[in-house]
Amino acid sequence: MAADNEPTSRPNNEVQPPFVHTASAPKPGTVAEALGRRDFKVWRGNALGGGYKDYTAEISAGMVVLDAVHQIQATQAGDLACRWNCKAGKCGSCSAEINGKPRLMCMTRMETLPEGTVTIQPMKAFKPIKDLVTDVSWNYEVKKKIAPFKPKAPEADGTWRMQQFEVERVQEFRKCIECFLCQDTCHVLRDHGKHEVFAGPRFFVHAAQLEMHPLDTVNREPFLKHDGGIGFCNITKCCTEVCPEHIKITDNAIIPLKERVADTYYDPLVRLWRWAFKKGEQPVEPKA
Amino acid sequence: MALDIQTIEHDVLVIGAGGAGLRGAIEASNAGISVGLVCKSLLGKAHTVMAEGGVAAALANVDDRDSWKVHFADTMRGGQYVNNWRMAEHHAKEAPDRVRELEKWGAVFDRTKEGKILQRNFGGHRYPRLAHVGDRTGLEIIRTLQDKSVHEREIKVYMECTIVRLFKDGERVTGALGYFRERGRFVLFKAKSIVMATGGLGKAYAITSNSWEYTGDGYSLAYHAGADLIDMEFVQFHPTGMVWPPSVRGILVTEGVRGEGGVLRNKDGKRFMFDDIPENYRNQTAKNEEEGWRYTQGDKNAMRPPELLTRDHVARCINREVKAGRGSPHGGVFLDIAWIKERIPNAEKYIQKKLPSMYHQFKELGGIDITKERMEVGPTTHYTMGGIKVDGDSQMTTVPGLFAAGEAAGGLHGANRLGGNSLSDLLVFGKRAGENAAKFAQENKAGAVAEADIESAAQWSLSFMDSPKGDENPYKVQQDLQVMMQDLVGIVRREDEMVKALAGLKTLWERAKKVQSQGNREYNPGWHTCMDLTNLLTVSEAVTMSGIRRKESRGAQFRDDFPEKSDTYAKMNMVIRKAKDGSMELIEQPTKELPPELKQVIEEMAK
Repeated sequence: MAADNEPTSRPNNEVQPPFVHTASAPKPGTVAEALGRRDFKVWRGNALGGGYKDYTAEISAGMVVLDAVHQIQATQAGDLACRWNCKAGKCGSCSAEINGKPRLMCMTRMETLPEGTVTIQPMKAFKPIKDLVTDVSWNYEVKKKIAPFKPKAPEADGTWRMQQFEVERVQEFRKCIECFLCQDTCHVLRDHGKHEVFAGPRFFVHAAQLEMHPLDTVNREPFLKHDGGIGFCNITKCCTEVCPEHIKITDNAIIPLKERVADTYYDPLVRLWRWAFKKGEQPVEPKA
Repeated sequence: MALDIQTIEHDVLVIGAGGAGLRGAIEASNAGISVGLVCKSLLGKAHTVMAEGGVAAALANVDDRDSWKVHFADTMRGGQYVNNWRMAEHHAKEAPDRVRELEKWGAVFDRTKEGKILQRNFGGHRYPRLAHVGDRTGLEIIRTLQDKSVHEREIKVYMECTIVRLFKDGERVTGALGYFRERGRFVLFKAKSIVMATGGLGKAYAITSNSWEYTGDGYSLAYHAGADLIDMEFVQFHPTGMVWPPSVRGILVTEGVRGEGGVLRNKDGKRFMFDDIPENYRNQTAKNEEEGWRYTQGDKNAMRPPELLTRDHVARCINREVKAGRGSPHGGVFLDIAWIKERIPNAEKYIQKKLPSMYHQFKELGGIDITKERMEVGPTTHYTMGGIKVDGDSQMTTVPGLFAAGEAAGGLHGANRLGGNSLSDLLVFGKRAGENAAKFAQENKAGAVAEADIESAAQWSLSFMDSPKGDENPYKVQQDLQVMMQDLVGIVRREDEMVKALAGLKTLWERAKKVQSQGNREYNPGWHTCMDLTNLLTVSEAVTMSGIRRKESRGAQFRDDFPEKSDTYAKMNMVIRKAKDGSMELIEQPTKELPPELKQVIEEMAK
């Protein structure tokens, strides 16, 4: 009986009641200002269909949309599916459409959204798997079709020399975090569903980094013209607008690639030359 | 009950598709045998992506005094000599080749004026040694390996697949049971050898730079399969994580900020790092601010500023300032890179170019312009030095056929890891593990997996949904665990607190048995969390038990009740093993004596 009244006398190795948080009890200045509750409409469903469900979340200063989704998950909808990893805009997992705009949930601060209900839906250009998770496997298949990097012979010491200005051009493209927001927003995929014949902005960026790599020796123009379908792009720059890495997709990757393809395939003098000498249409020889 | 379980066979199964897993899979496939690569997330999203500062390799492109010997000695000193020296030797010798190989596969590192790979300064490295791409080196490495691997025909990738159990035939590992997140369907992988490249356990803590994936799966799976874990008490708290706003607390701020000249100040504006310089680094540390600045600008005669001392030390100094009431408004200290405008022209452009992702991270998440304002930073759980015990040459664990590499393996980093040594670790030992796992697979026939074992693992997984023993919320149990570990087994430790944590773990184990998952098996994070809890609790227990037993302060483990280093524990590794009765046991294992030639290297480099 005495033991019941004296919980502090328990030996340490006994099962104890939930520990008391000491060190992490809120310290002055560590609790964010509460900004009240906000309403959310989150798309719930799977490949067979679904619809919006209403939730609310407690918002504090600095919160991002992904925090709200996690809060809803932990308190109201344990099985709410969403992808995320780094929560710092580096991995490109948490792509979704927030109030209709393709964005990373981890980089969208609640304070930046207009008042009223926040709508979150999965990317539209891909088939839904569940809730906010979509089937992006098509992207991985497209990449397999693009010829890999093949460097020229190294210098005598077995390494290569490149200047910083040379590498910066491709470093911009290599910043891509494969969030596929550009694919999601591209009307060729989103509205016209040309997945079979069009690689999409992400893979033009990928092709561009390979084509413009100072050491690469492969020619990917045939791919870009045929399987990649670069001609479908009519440079509306929607992809550039949604890129969380601020890659100038259209100006720096797609347009130069389009120019290369045009030079190779559509230059009237070259076409005449080909016709006259019956050269094949497909340039297959490696770049000079 | 008949369970619908798909069976897939490979020669080698690699679990984990970060840098170590990818590098391992590429190497194993070079042997022309079939390789399965399992990723918990989508391919290319693993933690390697978050590594920022660079990959350490003694290329000697920037300072020709660098060599494998200096790198080896730096790694051993940083790890306070409880490292597996054989691994440290391989690591230092092979890292340069592994980095150059990435270039052959398409990686584009920043360049020196001569057109070679540029290297930057980092904590604990004597010379500029980190090959880098701005502050997104990890992305460059994982993408290079990923793009290489998708064109290797022998590698089959299984995305969004989580392993819940390893199986053995006698002593040897023979398979693994997993589930695909998409539909919740089970899959049995049969393999002749398995590589664990599963990363660390940061999700056992509340303030962490790690994502949901980091639930200590590899340690726990290997432990339950009978493998030894080593030095689990050494959990690295990176000194600089974001502290404000609360939702971003813990997100990493690269050490590269300090490498480029960033300094730490308390609320009085004082550079407090000059106040406490450890004896064994005294002759390698700048005497004053002027010398420290010259070091960051490449002056070969200058010594490093104290901000670039090892991470364990910097984290403790920050902790001390905050506790003494000299911290920043939100419980951190100030990290200032904007000040370099006093020294160099166009500083704003320079910062944006050298630290682009830090610039965006603070601008977009914290509303701070780092080219103009100071950042607020504080320690965040970052890395596990301990891990699955491996042989220093083969990377094989104490279970035959089971290999480990990268953060999942223990030993290379000893009591504290130097920044940049994790990316080189995963390249060097990913390759070695892949090579040796392939060799093992070629030398051994496939083993069996007992039907009953598969059945019991699958039933256990489903029990949280089909026959829960209570209605505990798995997210709540996980959060309570994280807060407890942060409070009681964090950056400063004491025996009474850690004993309290062990008791708390018992309660949490009981609660974890009663968790319940809502909904069905389709992409259900609640259900996944139910299963992850077993791993988190297993590794938390291992960390706590090892922390209690090592009665000294060394590297990442700082004991308030034993603030000094002890000669006894200086030669001791803490080994965790599953006892016959199923309980966790801890064995103090003497470290292996350094061979004379390596001892000599360390002595030479200490001069």
